[in-house]
Amino acid sequence: MQLQSKDLLGLEGVTKKEISLILDTAESFREVSERSIKKVPTLRGRTIINFFHEPSTRTRISFEIAAKRLSADGINFSTSGSSFSKGETLVDTVKNLEAMQADVIVMRHGIPGAPHLIARNLDAAVINAGDGAHEHPTQALLDMFTIRRHLGKLDGLTVVIVGDIAFSRVVRSNIYGLTTMGARVIVVGPPTLIPVEISRMGIEVLYNIDEAIPQADIIMILRIQLERQGKVFLPSLREYARLYSLTPERMKIAKKDVLVMHPGPINRGVEIDPRIADGDHSVILEQVSNGVAVRMALLFLLAGRKEFNKSE
Amino acid sequence: MQDIILKNGRIIDPTQDLDDQTDLLIRDGRIEHIGILNDGIPEGATVIDIDGKWCVPGLVDMHVHLREPGREDKETIQTGTMAAVAGGFTAVACMPNTNPVNDSAAVTRFIMEKARSAPAVVYPIAAVTRGLEGIQLTEMVELHEAGAVAFSDDGHCIMNADNLRRALDYVKIFGGLIIDHCEDPVISKGGVMREGFICTTLGFPPIPSLAEELMVARDIRIAEYTGSAIHIAHVSSRESVRLIRDAKNRGIRVSAEVTPHHLFLTDEAVKTFDTNTKMNPPLGTEEDREILEEAVISGVIDCIATDHAPHTDTEKQVEYSLAPNGIIGLETALPLVMTRLVHTRKMNPSQMIRSMSTNPSRLLGIEGGSLLKGAPAHITVIDPDRLWMVDPMRFYSKSQNTPFGGLSLRGSCNLTLVHGKIAFQSSN
Repeated sequence: MQLQSKDLLGLEGVTKKEISLILDTAESFREVSERSIKKVPTLRGRTIINFFHEPSTRTRISFEIAAKRLSADGINFSTSGSSFSKGETLVDTVKNLEAMQADVIVMRHGIPGAPHLIARNLDAAVINAGDGAHEHPTQALLDMFTIRRHLGKLDGLTVVIVGDIAFSRVVRSNIYGLTTMGARVIVVGPPTLIPVEISRMGIEVLYNIDEAIPQADIIMILRIQLERQGKVFLPSLREYARLYSLTPERMKIAKKDVLVMHPGPINRGVEIDPRIADGDHSVILEQVSNGVAVRMALLFLLAGRKEFNKSE
Repeated sequence: MQDIILKNGRIIDPTQDLDDQTDLLIRDGRIEHIGILNDGIPEGATVIDIDGKWCVPGLVDMHVHLREPGREDKETIQTGTMAAVAGGFTAVACMPNTNPVNDSAAVTRFIMEKARSAPAVVYPIAAVTRGLEGIQLTEMVELHEAGAVAFSDDGHCIMNADNLRRALDYVKIFGGLIIDHCEDPVISKGGVMREGFICTTLGFPPIPSLAEELMVARDIRIAEYTGSAIHIAHVSSRESVRLIRDAKNRGIRVSAEVTPHHLFLTDEAVKTFDTNTKMNPPLGTEEDREILEEAVISGVIDCIATDHAPHTDTEKQVEYSLAPNGIIGLETALPLVMTRLVHTRKMNPSQMIRSMSTNPSRLLGIEGGSLLKGAPAHITVIDPDRLWMVDPMRFYSKSQNTPFGGLSLRGSCNLTLVHGKIAFQSSN
């Protein structure tokens, strides 16, 4: 089996079978990272370009390590100092990258649909590493991978996602992925950060975190920011923390084996209490480790696909 | 000047309750006679047998961007009016957001001068405030004398309510019309598409319909207060329709237009990330679309106007949020309306002519909009059954930014006469 599309632009429309394939493949690559020599020759000679049009540490490094562990040549390209300042269009830039025989382009961009725009214009595989507040499929896949490793399944679980729902690409990809896999999703946050009609994505919405916590098998905390796109959505971070921060007191009403996740970067003491972030329920750093395995799986499935088609 | 006879046409003119298969005689650029020519064909006349095709008052588009002066790479008065006549429009009213802005009689006269050799009649709309900056009113009387038929700050809502009130008062001198783009920019700030389910899934910064509706409500109240007429450009939300309907019922002098794209597309189209679905106001929901359609059929919305907004491919082939707003519409409006409203029997031909010719002419106070004897022969001949595939590469417009490319449509312009002269004739 292989993935239907040449690209991974989002989890919308990705089937249960495909998600399972990616997670199963990641399972086999996870072991590579635990070896003392963390490298396999699988993608030797392939070129993978990390094209990041927006600052990123975790995701970019994760992709870079994933490429290296597969023996691919990974190149990082951020926009500062690039042709962007010279007025070249996005499509022209990526066509130049493709002209240098890039097999996979991993793209982070602040605008929804930017990876879709380049994917339409390229033969190379495109992986969306986050487009605005739209999707961040590899993050959702690593989240699902982490959940599955701990709880053995996704089907039937309740995932509570807390925080800035409106501006989160992680939320949208997780909603698509988790609901496809049979999980129940509840989003929680102040009404100013819940986008309209989001319940039509097949999820539930709550404004009160204390109603949601007892139901959760997984609590996923999102980073909060006071200001977004020049508008203020919250009276203060202090009041936000009082209402929504995941604290030891709140954890008392949670299920005993609940998992606490956070896609990072963390604002300690704002959306999550340090004691919880570093506590027994937290799998936050494991998410990061698993991110490498999931990205190795995707690079393998997408870069490999091109070869497969050519030889047909 | 030679007489022209359009023979055997289905002549439709709602202003005189006319829908007959007969002949129409044009003499000296004016409509001389409708009906069988009892005295035979005048000597030397050109006879065009239009064989049952519809012969209607020339279509009028009261909201276009011709880009000249300033952005002749996107469109010129010549190419834009060529697109107009190819699409069946005999007259267009062009918005003042040119460079320089049409806020002085000199610019209005420049446009009028350029338009003298253009295939369609061009009516400039001048700015309400200098430089479209929303601060100081333009010299509206002088602009009116130079040829401006209405006033608008185009893409900028007249946010200063006092300015709008003064403008509505001032145009009483000559009975002028103010057109407002209704959008509260504080509410819409940073937004890219209509707030709603699709926007939520795509993660774009939202533009709430409230941004439009608040200003529609305000404008209606100011129009009522002053007693002057206001025209609401490109209505996009069902709630705006309700406000306009209620205001009309109360006798307030408000009129409104809707674009073909708001009638035939919804926010669903944005899922393609095609930047030709990006416009301001943004595409609404299916519910909005249905209410807009109902409103233009019932006449609550007075007319269909394209908001023809040419942009180059280079400008449009970028990330969605960075693309300029707007699409072109002059060459697709009639085939879309024919296919989606007339052939589906939602709208009859008379209603179509009202919304695309009679009403815009009346609102702008210009000649045209009817086939009355003695009127200038601005006439559109429509082939109601011609199958036509939208091919942007074959547009007369300089730009190709349309989301309708590739569609198969039924019914299009066959012949366009402006002042009794053939301005466009379709090749088949």
